[in-house]
Amino acid sequence: MAEPRRGSFPSIYERSRPGRRAARPPRHDEPDLAALLGEDQLRDDAPRLPEVSELDLVRHFTQLAHRQFSIDGNVYPLGSCTMKYNPKVHEDAARLFQDLHPYQAPETAQGTLQLLFELQRDLGALTGMDAVSLQPAAGAHGELTGILMIRAYHEARGEGEQRKVVIVPDGAHGTNPATASMAGYSVVEVESDARGEVDLEAFRRALGPEVAAVMLTNPNTVGVFESRILEIAGLAHEAGAQLYYDGANLNAIVGRVRPGDMGFDVVHLNLHKTFTTPHGGGGPGTGPIGVKAHLADFLPVPLVVRQDGGYGLSEDLPHSIGRMRSFYGNVGNLVRAYAYIRTLGLEGLRRVSGHAVLNANYLRVKMQRAGFRIPYQRLNMHEFVAQPPEGVHTLDVAKALLDYGMHPMTVYFPLTVKEAMMVEPTETESLETLDAYAEALGEVLERAAAEPGFLAGAPYDTPVRRLDEVRAARQPVLRFPFADEAG
Amino acid sequence: MPYLPHSPDDVRRALETIGVDSIDALFDELPASLRNPDIELPPAMDETALMAHLRALAASDVTGGPTFLGGGMRRHFIPAVTPHLALQSEFVTAYTPYQPEVAQGVLQATFEFQTMMAELTGLDVANASMYDGATAVAEAALLAVRHTRRDAVLVSRGVHPETRAVLATYLRAQGIAIQTVDLQDGRTPVPAGPDGAACVIAQQPNHLGSLEDMATLGEAAHEGGGLLVAVVDPLSLAVLKPPGAYGADVAVGDGQTLGNPTFFGGPSFGFMVVRQELLRQLPGRLVGQTADVEGRRAYVLTLQAREQHIRRGKAKSNICSNHQLTALMATVNMAALGPQGLREMAAGSVRQAHRLADRLRAEGARLALDAPFFNEFTLSTRQPGSVVRSALAARGVHAGVPVGSEYGLGHAVLLAATELVTERDMDALLGALRAGGELEAAEVRHG
Amino acid sequence: MDIRDNLRYATSHEWATEPDGGLVTVGISDYAQDQLGDVVYVELPEPGRKVAAGDAVAVVESVKTASDIYAPVSGTVEAVNEALVDTPEKINESPYGDGWLFRLRVEDASELRTLLDPDAYRRAAAEED
Repeated sequence: MAEPRRGSFPSIYERSRPGRRAARPPRHDEPDLAALLGEDQLRDDAPRLPEVSELDLVRHFTQLAHRQFSIDGNVYPLGSCTMKYNPKVHEDAARLFQDLHPYQAPETAQGTLQLLFELQRDLGALTGMDAVSLQPAAGAHGELTGILMIRAYHEARGEGEQRKVVIVPDGAHGTNPATASMAGYSVVEVESDARGEVDLEAFRRALGPEVAAVMLTNPNTVGVFESRILEIAGLAHEAGAQLYYDGANLNAIVGRVRPGDMGFDVVHLNLHKTFTTPHGGGGPGTGPIGVKAHLADFLPVPLVVRQDGGYGLSEDLPHSIGRMRSFYGNVGNLVRAYAYIRTLGLEGLRRVSGHAVLNANYLRVKMQRAGFRIPYQRLNMHEFVAQPPEGVHTLDVAKALLDYGMHPMTVYFPLTVKEAMMVEPTETESLETLDAYAEALGEVLERAAAEPGFLAGAPYDTPVRRLDEVRAARQPVLRFPFADEAG
Repeated sequence: MPYLPHSPDDVRRALETIGVDSIDALFDELPASLRNPDIELPPAMDETALMAHLRALAASDVTGGPTFLGGGMRRHFIPAVTPHLALQSEFVTAYTPYQPEVAQGVLQATFEFQTMMAELTGLDVANASMYDGATAVAEAALLAVRHTRRDAVLVSRGVHPETRAVLATYLRAQGIAIQTVDLQDGRTPVPAGPDGAACVIAQQPNHLGSLEDMATLGEAAHEGGGLLVAVVDPLSLAVLKPPGAYGADVAVGDGQTLGNPTFFGGPSFGFMVVRQELLRQLPGRLVGQTADVEGRRAYVLTLQAREQHIRRGKAKSNICSNHQLTALMATVNMAALGPQGLREMAAGSVRQAHRLADRLRAEGARLALDAPFFNEFTLSTRQPGSVVRSALAARGVHAGVPVGSEYGLGHAVLLAATELVTERDMDALLGALRAGGELEAAEVRHG
Repeated sequence: MDIRDNLRYATSHEWATEPDGGLVTVGISDYAQDQLGDVVYVELPEPGRKVAAGDAVAVVESVKTASDIYAPVSGTVEAVNEALVDTPEKINESPYGDGWLFRLRVEDASELRTLLDPDAYRRAAAEED
């Protein structure tokens, strides 16, 4: 095996030595595989997997964990991501349900089915929706489910051919237009006005008999509540379009106003945001959807239902869009979300949105005092957009923050604001943490002014420093280069 | 209130700083008529009450005891070290690694995952994982459609019924036709005229447990100008020929068997591995190796311009998140077991499944198919599959995934065995089948 | 910002040569390559493809963005710059030379007159900046 370069952290493959291993499965007599399966079905060479002792394995993955920022270790105010604390008790809760097999007889899974049924009910109540499916594996997956249901609805009414367009605001999350395309729709973007809200005139012009759906996030992606939402909903419905709620920002309003009451027909929730299932370094997420009664017939199958005095899974939904994934959902995460709702209750969830919005406004004021520009001068919801002073690049500020042990905000999103910084502190951060964050940001700006060039070199104290991303993309190396493949 | 740090003083200080009177005043722009609706939720519980409630729910589930359930997920050996390492809080509570300088842990582990998946499948490039096996198959079909610019796919009925259902949902929206190839004696025959199909999709071992002739299916697909999409159980590849060796262009599947608990169906993860030429069509996240400004090796999300957050409406897929943490479970697990341990699990599963089949046959039971099988097979039953499954469950044995009527096999169930199955587990299953009248009936039929 | 006087420009930042034997060469402007940053990948059209003015025919990617390249005039793709597949950086190094993208056989040379002349393009780019 090739030796790592000086200063480089070793690959698990570089720790590998033939014959070592960490774990042993139960032993059985060696079967005659060629006789049982057929000689031509067998592989010739073993796959090159690492061979390491248990302690070397433990060191490798423990040291990797130390090379990783996380909510548990670092403030992490990524806008649009809702990086709130993930309660430890949820991990214990989830493990209670990990040994169920999806195909065990339903009468032996009554506890889990009851939990799922109650979660469907509670998410419906919280969003003001009549029916809920827990199936989608992520927010974008929930979006696809919802848009396919809207499509099926229009088709059932004989308007499938006519309605071919989905409207999204220009600041929408990238998944919205990508979802619309994947569902076979073309996308029309509408502009925002100076206050950061959907431009009503532009919206009116975009509406027409060809529009199938309008996808909105509210509060929207600049952290502003669409105050004319009832008017928007009325216009959309008048044009025969369905109104879709991207639940990415529900944390701002949970318990205080419901998408269903605002006129939305479909909503997806990101349980890994508002309902604090852990992000896991990029997933698994979970994206249940809720719908109004007129769309309930189109929900994906199966649904968790009450049956014969107990709970069961029903495929009996003749107009269903079909299945969106195997089995029933990311149950491990559904248990965590259930535990969260049961812990907080309505009063607690209302306080969650209250303190999320309080913290975001507090940090906005603090960042403005530290020298950052705030393009939308108004109260914001759970997140806000800021910009560094003229001449300072957002990327450099973000990188400099890393040396403080603080994770940057979301950068360069939304695309509608130059040098955008999208900040979402969440309700679980204390004022002291927010003060320290604003203070660090202020210091970064001072340093930038006093010492031109300093920021461009940051970070200095992280496990690795800035990377050559151009090289990574021009000559992609996407798996470990074994010695015999080098060059 | 749990998880909320602010004291009343903190709230006052924050409100003063902002310059508003109350938290409610921050919500003035919400439509007044809709504010603070009466929402019916169960009352809040403290930690002790919550865990007692959840334990009571879990107690209404029946887990443990002998299990022979398969059909896409199986209980396999997971060494204690796997969850201990993969579920460290730095991995659990990190976001997607968009700031690579402080995310080398997740990035490097993902790079190692991609390497291991490429090795197992014998193909070139693995993505960082997807939602599950079924959605990965649907994404593979869309990849083939983009690559070949054709608008139809062929799928074997041997592909898991739920996977085919997901495929139908995804492809219908884009107007892509699906032709299903019926099985003959439990295996996929060479499809007549795959011309015009973007791909042939076949599963190895297939849903009924049989081993397919993937090389021949691949030749047919390629002769027709399409791709071969192989749906595989990654654990089986410790023993079976890798898709790259029989000409598959894309290997996809569900990774649960590599080290994740079954969790009533999720989360596990899906994977997709492709030939180098298809790299640009590959959906989902990818981690690449590069160097930092000091020349140290480092890892970063790369080729992101294919993805939705940049391409928006023109992205290859709308997929955003992967299933990082469950894929990490598999990464740690593969490293813990190594090639030898993984092989022992796969071979042990084959051994126990064939031992079970022999014991069943010896008691007069009938396997529905003669085709060679891996670690799962189809048993003909006297009663409908779901009735058999419930009867077995009543006797404390989890077994008997019902086989759908689409296969024309009459009443039948799938039985799977893994390296965790013991001789005593088999005693229990045979006893329960006997008590339910299944074995006796088979004897009568044969006698 | 380098704007060549012998070329015509589209508002979407492609340049086109005057027809030479019916062939028009197309690339992206120096301003466009500067805005994109380091180009890491280029997706080129199939030779033989018929395109209309304004059709998206190629894609140029940097690390964090992807830009569609539109046909400035109608025609048939006659040749593509295969060298860009392995060395996309030529677009940054020599946008008007080795970094050309494709050649179109044009049907109606008068279409070129709908494009911006160098001065008009200079003004358009300055406004965008």
